[in-house]
Amino acid sequence: MAEKHIMSAFDEDIEKIQSTLMKMGGLVEKSLFDAASALVKSDIELASKVREHDQVIDSLEEEVNIQTVRLIALRSPAATDLRYALSFIKVASNLERIGDYGKNMAKRSLVMEPSLITEQGSNSLRRMTKDVISMMNNALDAYVRKDVELAEAVIIQDKDIDLHYNALFREFLTFMMEDPKNITTCMHLHFIAKNIERVGDYVTSIAEQAIYVATGEYPSEERPKVDTTSLTKVDSESAS
Amino acid sequence: MENEIKISAKGVQVFYADKHAIKNVDVEIQDKTVTAFIGPSGCGKSTFLRSLNRMNDTINTCRVEGEILLDGQNIYNPEVDPVQLRAKVGMVFQKPNPFPKSIYDNVAYGPRIHGLSQSKTELDEIVEMALRRGALWEEVKDRLSEPGTGLSGGQQQRLCIARAIATQPEVLLMDEPCSALDPIATAQIEELINDLKENFCVVIVTHSMQQAARVSNKTAFFHLGDLVEYGDTEELFIKPIDPRTESYISGKIG
Repeated sequence: MAEKHIMSAFDEDIEKIQSTLMKMGGLVEKSLFDAASALVKSDIELASKVREHDQVIDSLEEEVNIQTVRLIALRSPAATDLRYALSFIKVASNLERIGDYGKNMAKRSLVMEPSLITEQGSNSLRRMTKDVISMMNNALDAYVRKDVELAEAVIIQDKDIDLHYNALFREFLTFMMEDPKNITTCMHLHFIAKNIERVGDYVTSIAEQAIYVATGEYPSEERPKVDTTSLTKVDSESAS
Repeated sequence: MENEIKISAKGVQVFYADKHAIKNVDVEIQDKTVTAFIGPSGCGKSTFLRSLNRMNDTINTCRVEGEILLDGQNIYNPEVDPVQLRAKVGMVFQKPNPFPKSIYDNVAYGPRIHGLSQSKTELDEIVEMALRRGALWEEVKDRLSEPGTGLSGGQQQRLCIARAIATQPEVLLMDEPCSALDPIATAQIEELINDLKENFCVVIVTHSMQQAARVSNKTAFFHLGDLVEYGDTEELFIKPIDPRTESYISGKIG
């Protein structure tokens, strides 16, 4: 906010909610990072920490909602303030969902059997997680700074996550067709990959909120959609 | 929805002696619509409102330039009779100001001096119609001969609105009509304003941005004598275009 409100308590309220969101963002980032590490290192302790962590993220979301309702009730926000108020609730909800995917990744890491496929897959998933984390940091920066350009870059970046997911999907499918014993591992790896791809979508939603707050409009272009796996089918002959 | 243009201001400038109060304002006000003028104190919104029925004529040092067309006719044309104009363009003020007369006579005053009725029955009908439209009839129909000043503040204001309506105006100007009223009376007046737009072109000056947001279809934001932004109320409150509008409605400049 370049300009200050006449009533400084209004600014304080908004800054407080923003800082709660940033705190959430930090915890969610840690959760994703730790979950991916736990997966690669089969670190049970780290994985269970991620799951405990998630409760803190959930309670911060609730805090954002309470603070935002209060802001709307007491301050009657208008224009950018109003758009911020609406976006606070959405961004908090997006972050909470991302946190859930981190938790889910940690949970799955506990049941993975050690194997070459697990190792390779986990490393790929960690790279994908790192990409999505950097995207999330950019989205949150864009949101706080009302930086439309950066937000647009994030939305385009989501394409790479989708491509990465497509590649992994095919890879896991191949492993499963080669040997049914791989199915359990590959199903877990695939779910994790799909979840990270969904994280990319939630991050995109945060970037869209950044654009809405800054301009009052949602990005008009349709998001690039390159996840084509819903159209992929297994050819029965090559599978046999 | 875009209605017909009722009032069209072109290049309007208002001066008080050498103070330039309104600077080159162009605006088109729609019929059967509530238009709100908002802006900080001294921005010129009341001055501009008062120039719409030549209330500024009563101030010696005041000078109005440019054109204000009511149904295409310049109201500052020397042939226009300000008294006739004000019958067409009624006004309601900040503080309820009923005449020290009965409720009936308050409302009947305008129709009497403008000769709008031929008989007592006709006048009774006009008074009843005006009080009904002013959402006051049910409360006062049994005590029309009591003094208007004996009513509550909110009722007095509705009486003043009924009085303004009685001359069958086309435009109703309201200068902070609720600022002396409690929230319930305010809500009643706001409900009334919402009904009035079915039949009139309503222009309201208000300090309460929430009120502008609640009652108006169009909002004009004035700042330092300039008309900064004019548009659909919801657009103006959700995504104003001018940074000065943004600052004012979000409480960043006074």
